[in-house]
Amino acid sequence: MKQLSRFNITALALGLAFLYVPIVVLVIYSFNASRLVTVWGGWSLRWYVELFNDAAMLSAAAMSLRVAAVSATAATILGTLAAVALTRGESFRGRTLFSGMLYAPLVMPEVITGLSLLLLFVAVNAERGFWTVTIAHTTLTMCFVAVVVQSRLGSLDRSLEEAAMDLGCDPLRAFLKVTLPLILPSVMAGWMLAFTLSMDDLVIASFTTGPGSTTLPIRIYSEVRLGVKPEINAICTLIIGSITLVIIAASLVSKLSSRQGESAAPL
Amino acid sequence: MDAMLHRETTRGGMSDDARQASDTAAAAGIPLLQLDALVKCFGRFTAVDRLVLDIKAGEFFALLGPSGCGKTTLLRMLAGFETPDAGRILLDGQDIAGVPPHQRPVNMMFQNYALFPHLSVQDNIAFGLKRAGLPRAEIEARVADMVALLKLEDMETRKPDQLSGGQRQRVALARALARRPRLLLLDEPLAALDKKLRENTQAELMRLQRQLGMTFIVVTHDQEEAMMMADRIGVMNAGHLVQVATPRQLYETPNSRWVAEFVGGVNIIDGRVESRDAGRVTIATPDAGRVTAAAPLQALTTDQVCVAIRPEKVRLSAHGSAPDGGDAAEINRLTGVVVGISYLGGQTRYQVRLDSGALLRASVANTARLDLDAFDTTQRVVAWFDPGDCVVLDR
Repeated sequence: MKQLSRFNITALALGLAFLYVPIVVLVIYSFNASRLVTVWGGWSLRWYVELFNDAAMLSAAAMSLRVAAVSATAATILGTLAAVALTRGESFRGRTLFSGMLYAPLVMPEVITGLSLLLLFVAVNAERGFWTVTIAHTTLTMCFVAVVVQSRLGSLDRSLEEAAMDLGCDPLRAFLKVTLPLILPSVMAGWMLAFTLSMDDLVIASFTTGPGSTTLPIRIYSEVRLGVKPEINAICTLIIGSITLVIIAASLVSKLSSRQGESAAPL
Repeated sequence: MDAMLHRETTRGGMSDDARQASDTAAAAGIPLLQLDALVKCFGRFTAVDRLVLDIKAGEFFALLGPSGCGKTTLLRMLAGFETPDAGRILLDGQDIAGVPPHQRPVNMMFQNYALFPHLSVQDNIAFGLKRAGLPRAEIEARVADMVALLKLEDMETRKPDQLSGGQRQRVALARALARRPRLLLLDEPLAALDKKLRENTQAELMRLQRQLGMTFIVVTHDQEEAMMMADRIGVMNAGHLVQVATPRQLYETPNSRWVAEFVGGVNIIDGRVESRDAGRVTIATPDAGRVTAAAPLQALTTDQVCVAIRPEKVRLSAHGSAPDGGDAAEINRLTGVVVGISYLGGQTRYQVRLDSGALLRASVANTARLDLDAFDTTQRVVAWFDPGDCVVLDR
C-alpha cells in the first residue's frame, strides 16, 4: 500500500477528531462521579446505577425496542415484497411511477411525513400510542429495506429462478427455495437498518405518539430540555455500545455471505 | 446405466403408460416434437416467425444461427419461459404451448449453468428430484447414478464456486438429466469453456446422448460445434428456419446464398446464366469469366445467379506447369497472383488476386511435411475447380 503523506495523516486525524471527539467526551463523562455534567469528579458507575433505577427511562427504552422490533419486521416483509415486485414483476403500467414513489420517503423531510401521518391518524380517529408509532416507523423504514433488497435482487441472476422452475418449482417455491436464501443477507441487513432508524427517530415518533407510549429519544429529549443530567450520558453510552455491536454483527453477516461466493450486501 | 434407465419412476420421470404411449407414437412415426407455425413477437419485433419443425425421438438436433436470429427465444418457448403468440408445440402429440415450465417433461441446461450457489453439488442434482416428490432412496440412487455418469465423484459436498468451469458444466448437465426429461434443451452449453475443454466436452455430450437415447436440442452460434455434434442442424435467420439438413448437406448443398456464406468459408461469384445443356449451366461472370457448373437441384427464379465454391475445392497450380487432371476443355480455369498466405498447420489458405481484380480464396491441405509445391506471394498461379463442386444459387 502507498505510504500516507504527512498532509493526509493530518487531514485524516482532524476528520476523525471532528466526528468522534464529542462522542468520546460523552462516553468519558458518563463515568463521572460529579453531579455537574461539566465538572470532572473522578471515575464512577453511579449514573449507570441511577439509570437502572429510573423506571420512566427504562419503560421508554422498552417501548423503543418493541416499536423498533415490530416495525422493522413489518418493514422488512413489506419492503422485500415491494423490491421483488419491482425487479421481478412483468413490466406493468406505471412501474416507473411506483419505484419513484417507493424512493420518495427517502428524501421526504421527516416533519412532513410525521405531520401527514398525524393528520391521517386524527382523521381516522385512531388512538395514538404504540401502534401508531409502529405504523409510522414502518412507512419510514420500508423504503430503506426495499432499496437494500432491490439492489441485491437486481444483481441476482434471473436464470437461477428459471432453473428452479425448470426443475419443477412453481413461482412461489422458486422464490422460497432459491431467491430468498440468496437475498437473505440483504434482507437481514435491511432489518437491522430499519431497526436502527426506528430506535433513532425523534421527529416522526413525537408526531404520532400518545400519552403513555414515550419512546427513548423523546424521553431523552424532554429530559435534556430540563438540563443535562449525567444519567443521559450513561444511556447514550449504552446506545452507542449497542449500535456498535449491531454494525459489527451486520458486517460479519455480510462477510459470511460473501464467503459463500455471494457479493456482500450493499449498504 | 441400463438399470438406471429402466428403473421406473412415480412422478417427474415417465410412468409406464407414458413410456408405452411414446413408444407407440415413435413406432407410428410421429415425431417426438412438432412445432406448428410457431410465432413469438416482442413488441413490434418478430423473434420467431411461423416456424415449422419436426424432431424425432433420440435425435441430436442443433439450432444454429447468428445472435438475434431467434434461436434462444425458440428454446425458451420449448422450456416454457416464453409463451408463443401463435402456433402449437406438440410433444408426443400433445400441445404444451400453455403448460408452465415446472409441469413440462422438458429440462434445460442454461448457458451460464445457473447452479444454485447456496446448495452443494449433490443438492443441486437432487433439487429437481425432490420437487418431483420421489422417495428419498430413489433420489439418492439417482444422484449417485448421475455422479457416476458425469464423473463427479468426490465433489458431492462442494459448493458451485469451489468447482472449475468444466466441473460446473457437468453438474449443470447432471442436474438437468436427473429428471430424465423427454427432451433436453442446451443453451450454448460449451460457450463458457476454453477450446481444449470444449472439444472433450463435445465428445462427452455425444456419448451421453447416445448412451441415454435421449433427445437433445442444442442452441449454438458456433457452426463447427453444431456440425461436430448434431445429427441434423436447423439454420435460423431473422426468425425463420432457412435450412434443416445434416451437416454434410448443409455444407455441400446449401439452399441459399445466406446459408452458403454463414456455414463455412466460401467464394461467391455473381453472374448471369448464359446457356444450359446436358446437366450443366454456363454462367457469364464479370469476375471469373465463363464459369461452368453442374445444373442446380432447385429451380432458379431468374437468370441472375451466383456460384458458390468452397475454398478447399479450388485447386492451385503454378502458372505454366500443366495442372494435373482437370477438364480437357480447360473450363473454370483462372489465372491470378498469390497476394496472401495463411499457414494454419493442417491447411494453408491462399488469397489469389484474379486478373479481373477479384479475390479468390483457396485452401490447400498440407498432406506432406515438406511441401515443395507451396506457393509464394506474388507468384502467378492457375486456379481451377470442377463444375461438380460449384453450387448455383439465387443471388
